[in-house]
Amino acid sequence: MKQEEAHVSSYFSHAVVLVLLLTLTTISVLVTGWHLGALTVAVALIIASIKAGTVITYFMHMKFESLFLKLLIIGVFVLYVLVILITFIDYLLR
Amino acid sequence: MSGQNNYIEEQERETGKLGMWIFLFTELFLFGGLFLVYAVFRAKYSADFHTAATELNALIGTLNTVFLLTSSMTVAMSLTALQKNNRNLALLLVLATILLAALFMLNKYFEWSHKFHFKLYPGSEVMKNLPHGELLFFGLYYMMTGLHALHVFVGMVLLSVTLVKVRSGKVNHLHYLLLENSALYWHLVDLIWIFIFPLLYLIT
Repeated sequence: MKQEEAHVSSYFSHAVVLVLLLTLTTISVLVTGWHLGALTVAVALIIASIKAGTVITYFMHMKFESLFLKLLIIGVFVLYVLVILITFIDYLLR
Repeated sequence: MSGQNNYIEEQERETGKLGMWIFLFTELFLFGGLFLVYAVFRAKYSADFHTAATELNALIGTLNTVFLLTSSMTVAMSLTALQKNNRNLALLLVLATILLAALFMLNKYFEWSHKFHFKLYPGSEVMKNLPHGELLFFGLYYMMTGLHALHVFVGMVLLSVTLVKVRSGKVNHLHYLLLENSALYWHLVDLIWIFIFPLLYLIT
């Protein structure tokens, strides 16, 4: 049965991912205390994106899915980034 | 014959999961729209957003982040446990996820009632008299965290249904699509919070 061949993530790998996510959260909280000015938003968004990528890749098993689903997920995120970019091009150059 | 049945089951599982992902994409754009509104207004009223964001309690936000991240791990582990046919551990981990979600909601309740105490809620006189940018910030704050809290609640219901079905054996180590999809939904709730937390609570 093919279902038994589905990837089974280990408990340990999930625990490692959680430690990574909590570390990134701590960094994110600490960085806001540094008063980086305009960079604060950029740093916070970069850290959040790394966290989101980690959750999608490991917790949501994207790493072990078919190429089709992988491309679909990446495609949707690219589409969303395009929506943001186009909105800001419109907003800033109006 | 049995091979064919397995093939059909495998296809059902694949399409079931694909359907769930497509649903999650629509959720992503639902919140994505709000993030876009937030981004544009933040660019327009950066000073007001700055002032308003300091009103939020970063400690409660951080605590809720820890709850949600941990709950994401427990639900991911519960799938591992069920796949390994360890039903009791799977049940325990789903239950832990629901409890962590309840802690998140309790925290949110205290956070909101504290604001309500100071008459800071949509439509109140206090909020109407705020500078325009701050009004927009709090409007977005209530909309985003409210819609997210609604998702947490739906996730809790979904996980409870899954819990009952795992207990009764309808969801088991051979047929675990429901747990897989509930877990995916729960990870989405976590994913959205990962962005709400820094944008509303941290960037001041």
